[in-house]
Amino acid sequence: MSAAWLLFLPIALPFAGAVLAFIAGRAGDRRAPQWVNVGTTALMTLVSLLLLSAVWRDGPQAIQMGGWAAPFGITLVADILGAVMVVITALSGLAVAVYAMADIDEGRAKLGWHALYLVLLAGVTGAFLTGDLFNLYVWFEVMLIASFCLLVLGGDKAQLDGGLRYVALNLVATVMFLMAIGLLYGLTGTLNMADLHVTLKTVDAPGLVTTIAVLFLGAFGIKSAVFPLFFWLPASYHVPPVAVSAIFAALLTKVGVYALIRLFTLVFTADVDYTHGILLVIAGATMVTGVLGAAAQNQVRKILSFHIISQIGYMVMGLALYTPLALLGAVFYLVHHIIVKANLFLVGGVAKRITGSFELDRIGGLYKAKPWLAVLFLIPALSLAGIPPLSGFWAKLVLIEASLEVEAWVIAGVALVVGLLTVFSMSKIWLEAFWKPHPDGDAAVGAVALTRGETVALVAPIVLLASITVIIGLAPQPFLDLAARSAQELLAPEAYVRVVLGGLP
Amino acid sequence: MSTLILRTMGRLLAAVLILFSLYMLLRGHNDPGGGFIGGLICALGIVIGSLGEGSRRARRALRIAPRLIAAAGLAVALIAGFSAALAGKPFLTGLWMTVGGSHVGTPILFDVGVYLVVIGATLALLLALEEDAGRVNAGEVEEEE
Amino acid sequence: MEPWLAILTGLLTACALYLVMCRNLVRIVLGTVLLAHAINLAVLTSGRLTRAIPPIAQGEGGVPETAANALPQALILTAIVISFGLLMSVLVLAVRLRRVLGTVDTDRFRAAEPPPDVAAAEDEHRRHEA
Repeated sequence: MSAAWLLFLPIALPFAGAVLAFIAGRAGDRRAPQWVNVGTTALMTLVSLLLLSAVWRDGPQAIQMGGWAAPFGITLVADILGAVMVVITALSGLAVAVYAMADIDEGRAKLGWHALYLVLLAGVTGAFLTGDLFNLYVWFEVMLIASFCLLVLGGDKAQLDGGLRYVALNLVATVMFLMAIGLLYGLTGTLNMADLHVTLKTVDAPGLVTTIAVLFLGAFGIKSAVFPLFFWLPASYHVPPVAVSAIFAALLTKVGVYALIRLFTLVFTADVDYTHGILLVIAGATMVTGVLGAAAQNQVRKILSFHIISQIGYMVMGLALYTPLALLGAVFYLVHHIIVKANLFLVGGVAKRITGSFELDRIGGLYKAKPWLAVLFLIPALSLAGIPPLSGFWAKLVLIEASLEVEAWVIAGVALVVGLLTVFSMSKIWLEAFWKPHPDGDAAVGAVALTRGETVALVAPIVLLASITVIIGLAPQPFLDLAARSAQELLAPEAYVRVVLGGLP
Repeated sequence: MSTLILRTMGRLLAAVLILFSLYMLLRGHNDPGGGFIGGLICALGIVIGSLGEGSRRARRALRIAPRLIAAAGLAVALIAGFSAALAGKPFLTGLWMTVGGSHVGTPILFDVGVYLVVIGATLALLLALEEDAGRVNAGEVEEEE
Repeated sequence: MEPWLAILTGLLTACALYLVMCRNLVRIVLGTVLLAHAINLAVLTSGRLTRAIPPIAQGEGGVPETAANALPQALILTAIVISFGLLMSVLVLAVRLRRVLGTVDTDRFRAAEPPPDVAAAEDEHRRHEA
């Protein structure tokens, strides 16, 4: 397949799947949309793997949409970072789509849940593949509308309320984003990111450029839920069905982090001391507040939501340190985190199915009843905390090594302490949900029996994601190589710029 | 809401607006206009009609569920984009041919897709709001305070 | 003209932020609308302001030198479309919220994050029912 196909199929496939799922839901069997969803995400995974191998072999790939040459048209471009993110999106999308078969009730499916889910994935991959800032804004909006609809679909009270919190703050973020785009265009006359890389060097208005950079930082900061802009996340992630929580936790904030990495390596590198200095402070504060917030919570999904925030801090830390090793760590962390986080939410959902609640004081006895689930919980939980030999250990190790390399002792210390506190939170879930007996006696565990099909749909994605975590942990070298290539490309984006601005293929 | 004036004029306005929306859609080819604005005008016409006649009649007159219209529109737009890719050009490139002296191409197909998406999405939301308000007025839904 | 529009943008943004920070749900919705308009105005200003010269190529001559930049206007058009769609969804959400919670005072929206005592009471209630 040519590069052109590989670049637009990851975006076009989910859109086509969404249409198909919607029409199938109207016309055919009530299970049809589920299968369309699983089939589409499986195809996406395949295509994105082909894309990654093409990028690995031949370097960054780009196509000009509609045949309009950059910087005037919209460019789709994939370097290693973009391609890796698309692969991970498709993989986690597939896992959650399988899980959704047993998690999404018929009412929601009828309202078009599966179609919306695919539109969300299209928005996410679009954001990862676009080379144009305004186009990125459009993908962010596609994501926002789809995610908002998924959040409130089926609408009980809590969902509507959480939806309001989510949409109000994210609206402010997109408005800031648009404002920054307007100012940047007024300053440079282009919005193509590769072109901006070239043009901004000739602009002699350092104050204005830094102002715009900070506006972008604010916009993506809200999106990626960094300190002090994270309040929407723990207020809304615990209300929708588990499948929705899981895909949100895996992807949405990470698109914000991706945008930060892209902009602050490709476009805004003029005043690194200032912008990346802010980023470093934010990173530290995000890690600490996230993990402390989690310690204060008593509900599985809320604890996990706060941990998303603290983990975002690690990725931003990698970007802020701005060395090859640190960026390598950030990219590796992104990949590891998406898989682990989606998995933890899925395990939490299964635990709720078996014990009947997300509240830690109301549940227990899982270890005795379902020891296999305990193992499946421990893999992502320990990985999140950074226990060797799982994926999180390598991710944290690289980042801390990078911070020691530039003698940033404080942030290294913060990262280590936050790692310890993460262990505390995970052991809280372990003790309360798995170890202690159920408050209503052993009979309450598994009171609602799952059918065989449901069990397979619920457990298969967890096993898939857990085995990826273990594989990354036991054989980290290929993944580190990938991240290293990506960091190299990010710090020296000449190839990226050349392939975008090189005219029509 | 259902007064004599609104009922009489609503039907008329609906017909005129739908026709005008088609004009807008085609005009967008070379002049200001296009699928989005056309779709909005069309949806507006249908909503004005439904204000007089009731949303149930509007839905029956449509025959197709608004959301399905939106999905069909998305499909049409995708086909317009894909056809360029199948011809070996980048996604969304315009393909042109001459039919009876005038240029016809995939951009117009894409615009039709946008037109349908806008009609479908707007109607789905507006009719839902209208029915919601209708239920409150009829006292079917209790409002807590 | 530009300074005036800049001031106007600032004013609109200030009003919008005031509205968004109100407790009343309707005001919040109106605030987001106003905010979107303010930003659109700013983007429009960034693309140069001219009167009555459409940025459309005139035959072989190309676009007149003095015409406004067309791209920001295209961007705004897209932004308007998107904010329109978003506004509709938020409006539907607001109507629903008012219905199920019986109030537009956001301080009394405690469904997603109930205070601890209320949560405990509700939980107890649910256990009794089960």
